[in-house]
Amino acid sequence: MNLHGIWAIYRFEMARSLRTLWQSLVGPVLTTSLYFIVFGGAIGSRMQTVDGVGYGSFIVPGLIMLSLLTQSVGNASIGIYFPKFTGTIFELLSAPVSAMEMVLGFVGAAATKSVVLGAIILATSAFFVPIRVLHPGAMIAFLLLTAVAFSLFGFILGIWAKSFEQLNFVPMLLITPLTFLGGSFYSIDMLPPAWRTVSLFNPVVYLVSGFRWSFFGKGDVDIAISLGVTLGFLVACLAVIAWIFKSGWRLKN
Amino acid sequence: MPDPILAVAGVSKTYKGGFTALHDVDLEIGKGEIFALLGPNGAGKTTLISIICGIVTPSTGTIQVAGHDALTDYKAARRLIGLVPQELSVDMFETVLATVTFSRRLFGRSGHSAYIEQVLRDLSLWDKRDAKIMELSGGMKRRVLIAKALAHEPEVLFLDEPTAGVDVALRRDMWKLVHKLRERGTTIILTTHYIEEAEEMADRIGVINQGKLLLVEEKAALMKKLGKRELDLALVEPLDAVPEGLERWQLNLANDGRTLRYVFDATEEQNGIPALLRELAERHIAFTDLETSKSSLEDIFVDLVGERA
Repeated sequence: MNLHGIWAIYRFEMARSLRTLWQSLVGPVLTTSLYFIVFGGAIGSRMQTVDGVGYGSFIVPGLIMLSLLTQSVGNASIGIYFPKFTGTIFELLSAPVSAMEMVLGFVGAAATKSVVLGAIILATSAFFVPIRVLHPGAMIAFLLLTAVAFSLFGFILGIWAKSFEQLNFVPMLLITPLTFLGGSFYSIDMLPPAWRTVSLFNPVVYLVSGFRWSFFGKGDVDIAISLGVTLGFLVACLAVIAWIFKSGWRLKN
Repeated sequence: MPDPILAVAGVSKTYKGGFTALHDVDLEIGKGEIFALLGPNGAGKTTLISIICGIVTPSTGTIQVAGHDALTDYKAARRLIGLVPQELSVDMFETVLATVTFSRRLFGRSGHSAYIEQVLRDLSLWDKRDAKIMELSGGMKRRVLIAKALAHEPEVLFLDEPTAGVDVALRRDMWKLVHKLRERGTTIILTTHYIEEAEEMADRIGVINQGKLLLVEEKAALMKKLGKRELDLALVEPLDAVPEGLERWQLNLANDGRTLRYVFDATEEQNGIPALLRELAERHIAFTDLETSKSSLEDIFVDLVGERA
């Protein structure tokens, strides 16, 4: 195992975020605060409770998930896309670093940043609404699993993308809509039956539901199914990455 | 040739579109030698280097680096290789010291500050160690790329067009560095457009064109084998045409008929010069000066590529 190599990539990626600290952390915190002002203050004051939980508190897991997904995908995708764009990918490809080691470096850093961000959003939320986490172990597990799974997805996206436009395309037109429609700001039980059924095809529903269960002990779907879907997505991403490195798709000619 | 540290056997590369960039290349590089790979643009030089370094997957063939298969035992093979790419591909937002340390760690070594300091000093980069790469000149960026390639103490160093676009002073510095590395036992493989670079530095030379390795030869032997010499006679009276009866020397005129030029094979024992001079004297063709020169590696290269293209 090339531990120095993994550490080099990890450090490099973390240092890149520190260079853009304002953009990496302050931006999402500001956005979260705005969500609380708009959704928690304006809309939440009319809704009072959802499943017995105050609306402001109810949206906290969804808000964290929204940032976690977009940041995981964004961090990991730019991490591997940028060396392709600048041409420095030659050094990674010619180094004695295996596919798994490269993934550990890039995805590890992206997931770390997302988890830190999730913790910051959680802390920010505590300034606006009362926060109570019923299953802290499960919450941390979901946080980590989701961060890793979507960082893996972002890594695939970064390898696939041939331009910055393509890099932004998937988060903007896929991740964000799926997250908004995945019950981040509402319970899917509030939807008409037909739309509830449609929502069950959205994998983000299972992530948000599982994460929300860890806070309030209640979710839209069974916790075991949530966990299974999250793990399944993670394994699928790993399989795709293994194939990419074996075939050299979009990495080697 | 010393014991081979690099052995390329039957390497071909055909891209998806059907273009074949390399045709069945066989090549052995001896430990500690300086090998120059010459060829025009698109000849396959960079493709060959990229395959050896693991950046491009070969269609066929095997590569051994100090006995390690570059595909199946790639970690051991790649630890021995350093690559200075043709393009100035380096993270512009990093500092010099950070990017060189990154390279060393990436290749599985700890951040050995004394060695890195020595490399940076050798390349006159130590004073710039905290500067961001974007602040450096093109020549300094090229030095950073060399420092990155040397950071993990490779035994084989690939220099892909190392002096393309750099000034004369830096080119001379790089030549000195290459000689210094060779003294330490590093094997150096360089591609270049500058024939003088190969002539100055290389022990052996390979010529590649259209994906085919046309020849591999000791530099001195190549010069001797394919080199031609020229005899230029500065005539007292210019000539309109080469006089009849001198066909056996295959002479030609240059400089508006003021120079009579005789091109002959340097390896032939009988070069025909005494006979030519006698013949000229008998015909009362006088000359004020004579000068001989041998063909450069560039002439040989142009001849080779031209003949076999």
